[in-house]
Amino acid sequence: MDVFFYIAGFVAIVSTVMAISGRNAIHSLLYLILSLLAISVVLYLLNAPFIAALEVIIYAGAIMVLFIFVTMMLNIGIERETEKKWLNPRMWIIPSILASILLVNLILALKNIKTIPGDNEVILPKQVGISLFTTYLLAVEIAAILLMAGVIGAYHLGSQKKKVKHRFLEIK
Amino acid sequence: MLTVSIETQILFAGILFFLGLIGLLVRRNMIFMLMSIEIMFNSAGLVFIIAGTHWKQPDGQVMFIFILAVTAVEVSIALALILQVYHHFKTLDADAVNKLKDHNSFNHKGTLSKTQSNTK
Amino acid sequence: MSTIIALIPAIPFLSFLILALFGHRLSRKVAGIIGAGSIGVVALFTFITAIGFFKSLPEVKSYSVTIWEWINTGNLKVDISFSLDALSLVFCFVITFVGFLIHIYSIGFMSKDEGFSRFFAYMNLFIGSMLVLVLADNILLMYLGWEGVGLCSYLLIGFWYKEPQNGYAARKAFIITRIGDTAMIIGIFILFLNFGTVNINELMQQASAKWVAGSSIAVLTAALLLGGALGKSAQLPLQTWLPDAMAGPSPVSALIHAATMVTAGVYLIARTHVLFSLAPVVQSAIAIIGALTLLIAGFSALAQHDLKRILAYSTISQIGYMFLALGVGAWSAAVFHFMIHAFFKALLFLGAGIVILVLNEEHDIFKMGGLRKKMPVVFITFLIGSASLSALPLITAGFYSKDQILWYAYSSQSGSILLWLGGFIGALLTTLYSFRMIFITFYGEAKTEPAFIPGKLMTVPLIILAVLSLVAGFVELPASIGNIHLFSNLVDNTLPVVVVKAGENQEILFQLLSAIIALAGIYIAYLIYFKKPSLSGPFSHSRINKFFEKGWGFDKLYDTMFVRPVVWLSVIDKDDFFDLWNIGISRLALMFNRLLSYTQNGKLRWYLMSFAIGIALILTYMLSK
Repeated sequence: MDVFFYIAGFVAIVSTVMAISGRNAIHSLLYLILSLLAISVVLYLLNAPFIAALEVIIYAGAIMVLFIFVTMMLNIGIERETEKKWLNPRMWIIPSILASILLVNLILALKNIKTIPGDNEVILPKQVGISLFTTYLLAVEIAAILLMAGVIGAYHLGSQKKKVKHRFLEIK
Repeated sequence: MLTVSIETQILFAGILFFLGLIGLLVRRNMIFMLMSIEIMFNSAGLVFIIAGTHWKQPDGQVMFIFILAVTAVEVSIALALILQVYHHFKTLDADAVNKLKDHNSFNHKGTLSKTQSNTK
Repeated sequence: MSTIIALIPAIPFLSFLILALFGHRLSRKVAGIIGAGSIGVVALFTFITAIGFFKSLPEVKSYSVTIWEWINTGNLKVDISFSLDALSLVFCFVITFVGFLIHIYSIGFMSKDEGFSRFFAYMNLFIGSMLVLVLADNILLMYLGWEGVGLCSYLLIGFWYKEPQNGYAARKAFIITRIGDTAMIIGIFILFLNFGTVNINELMQQASAKWVAGSSIAVLTAALLLGGALGKSAQLPLQTWLPDAMAGPSPVSALIHAATMVTAGVYLIARTHVLFSLAPVVQSAIAIIGALTLLIAGFSALAQHDLKRILAYSTISQIGYMFLALGVGAWSAAVFHFMIHAFFKALLFLGAGIVILVLNEEHDIFKMGGLRKKMPVVFITFLIGSASLSALPLITAGFYSKDQILWYAYSSQSGSILLWLGGFIGALLTTLYSFRMIFITFYGEAKTEPAFIPGKLMTVPLIILAVLSLVAGFVELPASIGNIHLFSNLVDNTLPVVVVKAGENQEILFQLLSAIIALAGIYIAYLIYFKKPSLSGPFSHSRINKFFEKGWGFDKLYDTMFVRPVVWLSVIDKDDFFDLWNIGISRLALMFNRLLSYTQNGKLRWYLMSFAIGIALILTYMLSK
């Protein structure tokens, strides 16, 4: 079982690296979907099958698709030259250094945690559902309100006012 | 069942997170920055799941569901905003939307020295 | 009795308020009546008080009345309280009586001036402040009156403010007396610090009890108070303001700069004589300063053209005599000379005022002449005044007072022949310059015609003062002539008696010398300035004459020593380089602003980078713990 974890992890990391360093937006998004699928595998291996399914359906299926649609609408895949201009290798140095510092911190921090060895049981969706609707009921309702706010906001922010100008006043 | 140590699992999530961070800092295109943020959200959720599995409770998965909801809303609104920015600035360059910069302080001689020179 | 004493300073202040608030609405007649009448009422009250005081001698030597509490904080408790004793009574009498005569004269003198009610308001304020000064029970109230008279002096010197020169003269007077005032207030602080009280009697008692004669603290305090007296009384080295103060109207010169304000220094030293007895060094300094001043001023008066400046230098010289008397311990002689000097000097100034007014503001005596026949009353009174000033023997009051001082300058415990010699030469000079003044102004041919004849309002005070200049001396006759000691008996109730070390027959010798020198001076002046004016020719164009005329170069000295460096520093500091510190702070803040605003350049990735750096730093820091 461990070997699947390592393979899926490797795939996820490689595809994430390809995603963030790509020039073409659509290609990067597709690499990102691949990474999400790999993470979904990892999630299944972590005894969370329900979440693994949700990851694929919602994250890769809805959110990423939304990304792709907007990207296609904005037509930015064509502008490769600008991407090349913006992305010179020199810019990678400092963020990499920062991220590696943080990574080192994480590793050092991880040394001090205690682990509880034990048998692994799969946590079924039923348990998750019960927990959602009893313990975390309030949070569910708030999340629903949040989603509604998101809908209204996205609709309002996405609309464009037509600027009506008299044709004599139009600036050529 | 998985016998990978928990350090390795969290390390894996951490690597994903920092990759997202690097992508956020490096890229100039706003779509890519948003994408990197998605990666970071995802890895954070992954850590929650890891913790939930470790303590054998459903709370971790519940947290992930909430993170998912939040991410969905955030992406939709962020994309709507990016659409507005694109229609206004005609570019997706993050450096182009710097209208909130501090305009007047560049090359500014002190006001006191101005009044000083008036009293000659 | 006590209420009258309290009313004496209050009435002038009341009339000042009325004239200041409503003066522009009152007619000249009413304003004059209020202004002069208030002083007349005060003179009457002083007279009544004097009678009451004489009746109660010798049991009660001083009266005290407290009106209200002024300051009461912590250790400092100061009341508005007045006390009347022989010394203050003499001063009150002179101030109110001579002041009343001068006010009446002013009604005529200022009758055509546009600032009529303002003049009387200021004069009343002055009289009120001066009365507060001499009647004050504690030294802080005296300082209040001191400052009040300084203020009124400034206001009245610069009365005709539309002329800038008058403003400069007023400022010069104020600033130079200010130097003295600062020394005085420091002296007051030291006194309060050491004794915890400001009441003058208590201070003097405690000083004589606690301080050793000759100790440095006594010398310091006495020297500081002397500094205050020097400023107000225009003695060396602060004498340069008085000649320029003649820019004010003549009644002002008569009242303030002859009779009263400039004698405030004499009052101060007499009042705090205990301190000066405790510091013999300072007291000798007073005598030396007095002698030097009277000589310097005498020589300067000899060289002046301006009528009022001669009289101004003469005032400085005569106050030098008073200081000489104070310095050798002849307290009552100094006060006596003060009284007589007030009479004849006020007379001379009022007469000079008439002359100048009648000749259309002509001040130069070489452009006057022949006024003897045109204005006989003025001539005769002026002559009497000059005779008294020159101490003409036996008939004038000035002889008795000045002679007394000369005698004590030699014969007192701390007197010496040198001091007498200085006063003696000064007497010769006095006679010379005063009769020079008379011969050039009133004799000879008229170079300017008088415009009008002065009215009774102006001449009657002259006559009264002339009579006083003759007979007022008879209250104090020396032993060889009549041996009347009314005045010194009165004053010795408050001030110590002078200690004499020489015999009486020597006194006759000195009196004879004084008489001879006075008559000789008149004869010499007659020769040089009347009979053969050509004799004075070479002298009057020489360089020494110019030196004397400029007041021995003191103005130039102060200008070089003090005024020029301050002006030079101000010019350097024109751009206010002491403000560079403040400018520097503001520039520093602005520089930081500029630096920090580079970090707020609106670029999103810049901000994200700062986030990341911050997180890295914080996590590293937390893990390192």
